[in-house]
Amino acid sequence: MIRLEQLTKRFAQKHGQSVTVVDSVDLQVARGEICVLLGASGCGKTTTLKMINRLITPSEGRVLIDGADTRDIDTVTLRRRIGYVIQQIGLFPNMTIEDNITVVPRLLGLDKAAYRNRARELMALVQMDPAHFLKRYPKELSGGQQQRIGVIRALAADPPVLLMDEPFGAVDPINRESIQAEFFALQRELNTTVLMVSHDIDEAIKLGDKVAVFRQGRIVQCASPDTVLAEPADDFVASFVGHDRILKRLLLVQAGSLAEQGGEPVLSEAASEAEQRAALGERRHRALPVIDAAGRAQGYVATGRAGLQPFRAIARADEDLRVVLARLYEHRLDWLPVLDADQRYLGRVSQRQIADYLGAPV
Amino acid sequence: MQNRAGFARYRGRLALAGALVALVWAWYGSAMLAPYHEDLVYLARQHLWLVAVSMSWALVIGLVSGVLLSRPRLRRWAEPVMQLFNIGNTLPPMAVLALAMVVLGVGDHPAIVALCLTSLLPIVRSTYSGLAAVPAALTEAADGIGMTAWQRLTRVELPTALPYIVSGVRVALAINVGTAPLAFLIGASSFGELIFPGIYLNQPDALFIGAAATALVAFVLDYLVAALGRRLTPGLAA
Ligand SMILES: Nc1ncnc2c1ncn2[C@@H]1O[C@H](COP(=O)(O)OP(=O)(O)OP(=O)(O)O)[C@@H](O)[C@H]1O
Ligand SMILES: [Mg+2]
Repeated sequence: MIRLEQLTKRFAQKHGQSVTVVDSVDLQVARGEICVLLGASGCGKTTTLKMINRLITPSEGRVLIDGADTRDIDTVTLRRRIGYVIQQIGLFPNMTIEDNITVVPRLLGLDKAAYRNRARELMALVQMDPAHFLKRYPKELSGGQQQRIGVIRALAADPPVLLMDEPFGAVDPINRESIQAEFFALQRELNTTVLMVSHDIDEAIKLGDKVAVFRQGRIVQCASPDTVLAEPADDFVASFVGHDRILKRLLLVQAGSLAEQGGEPVLSEAASEAEQRAALGERRHRALPVIDAAGRAQGYVATGRAGLQPFRAIARADEDLRVVLARLYEHRLDWLPVLDADQRYLGRVSQRQIADYLGAPV
Repeated sequence: MQNRAGFARYRGRLALAGALVALVWAWYGSAMLAPYHEDLVYLARQHLWLVAVSMSWALVIGLVSGVLLSRPRLRRWAEPVMQLFNIGNTLPPMAVLALAMVVLGVGDHPAIVALCLTSLLPIVRSTYSGLAAVPAALTEAADGIGMTAWQRLTRVELPTALPYIVSGVRVALAINVGTAPLAFLIGASSFGELIFPGIYLNQPDALFIGAAATALVAFVLDYLVAALGRRLTPGLAA
C-alpha cells in the first residue's frame, strides 16, 4: 500500500521566492490497485511521482509504503523495489535492448537464466519479437517501440510497486489497446500497486481502479473512474474529463455483464414455429432469439416476419458498451445478442438498457 | 553494418597511406633507409615508450579530473579549473619542455611530465563536457531504477560520454606524438634524434625519415584509438 500524507514540494526560484508545485497531497493506493493521476500539463503529476521514489525530496509531508516511511529506507534499496517508467523513456543507448530490460535484475543479482527468459516473455507482452529486437540498440527502434521497452524494463524484476509516467503515450492506438490489456492482466496477476500518470482519459478509465484529478498541485477529486465521470466534483473536473463524459462511462461496462442482468426469455430451437409464434405473441416481444440444445444462438423470430431470421450483427461478451453501441447504430438495430467465446448466447443488450445505465446514478 | 562501413572508409585511408609510402620508397629507394635501419628501430621503441607512458598518465589524470569536475558538487568549479588548464595549453610545448627541464633536469622523466601536461587538456575537457552532455533522462532513469552513483557513472554516464572522450583522446594523442620529437632537446630519445640533427647538419634524408616515421606513428595510433572507440560504443556511433 502507498500512502501520501500532506505531500508538498516547493521549488526555490531565482528571485528568492518559491513556487508550490505540489500542495498538501493526500492519497492512498491499496495493494494491487491502479491509481491514475490525471491533470493538465505542469500541474505536478511527475513531481508527485518522483517524490515517491525520492528522485525529488519532498518539502513537507511523507510517503509511506506498506506503512514504512520512505525517508527511513536507503534510496537505492527503495528504488530497486519500485519500478519506474520515466516520461522521457530514457533507455540506455550503450546497452542492447536485452541489457536494458535486464538491468534491474542484474543489479539485484538475480538468476541469469530466469531473467533472460523473463525478458523474452515481456517482449511478447508488448507485441515485439524477441528474436528480432533483443540484440539491437535503442537508436534502432522507433519512439513507440522504445517506450514499450521502457515499460518492460520497469517490470523485469516484478517490483511490488510501479510508477509509470505516461507509459503508453507514444504507442500507436492499435498496439496501445492490446498492450494496455496485457499490462492490466499482468498487473492483476502479480498484484502490483501502480501509480500511473496519463493524459489519456480513456486509458485512465480503462485501467484505473481510482483516478486522481490534479489541478495546480492539488488533488481536486480522487474517486473511481465511474464516479469521476458521472459525478465530477466541479466544473474543472467535468471539463477535464470531457463534455462527452457520460458516453465515456460506456467504456466501463462490458456487454456480457449487461446482458446477464436482462433475464430475457429465449425460444427453443426444438419448439415448432407455431409454438415459437405463440410465445412471441404471449410475451408481446417483437423479437426473441432461438437457442439450440447447446445454448448457441441460431437466429431470432420476429412478429410480422416469417421464419427464422439470421442475426445481422452480434456482440462479444468482452466488448465494451461503446463498441456495442457503435455496432447498434451501424446496423440500425435495437438490440444485439451477446455471445461468449464458445458462441453461447448470454442475453441481449438493447439501446434502451444502455440508456438506462447511462442515466442511472453510480 | 555501420561499423563495417566505417571500417571500409578507414581501409581506404590506410590504402592511400600505404600507396604514399610505397611511392616515397620507390623515389628514394630503400637504399636511403638502410643506414638508418638500426636507429629507426631503437628510436621507434623510445618514441613509443615516451608516448605510452605520458599518455597513460594523461589518461588517468585527465579522466579522473574530468569525472570529478562533472560531479554536481564540483561542477561550479569546473569552468575556472578548465580555464587554468587552458592557460597551461597556450604555453608552447617547447616552453613546457623547457620548464620541465628547469624543474626536473634532463632525461626521460621531465620529457614524460611535459608530454603528459601538453596532452592533458583535451582529455579533461572532453571527459567533462561528454559527461555534462549525458541527457538528464538517462541519469534520471539510472537513479530511478536504483543504481548507486558508481554504477551510474560506470554503466551509463561514461559509456554514453565515450564518443566525446575518444575524440579528446585522439586530439591528445596527435599532440603527444607530434610533440615527442622535441623531447630530444631535453635529452630524451625519440624520432627527434633524426629530425634535429637532420636540420642542423643539413641531412635531408635523416630529417625526412624522422618526420615521416613520426607521422606514420601518429596515423596508426589514431586509427587504433578510433577503431577501439567504435568497438566500445556500438550503440552510439552515428
Ligand atoms: N526542478 C524544478 N525547478 C523549478 N520548477 C520545477 C522543477 N521541476 C518542475 N517544476 C515546475 O513544477 C511544475 C510541475 O511540473 P511537473 O513536471 O510535475 O508537471 P507534470 O504535471 O508532470 O506535467 P506534464 O503533464 O507536462 O508532464 C511545472 O510548472 C514545472 O515548471
Ligand atoms: Mg510530467
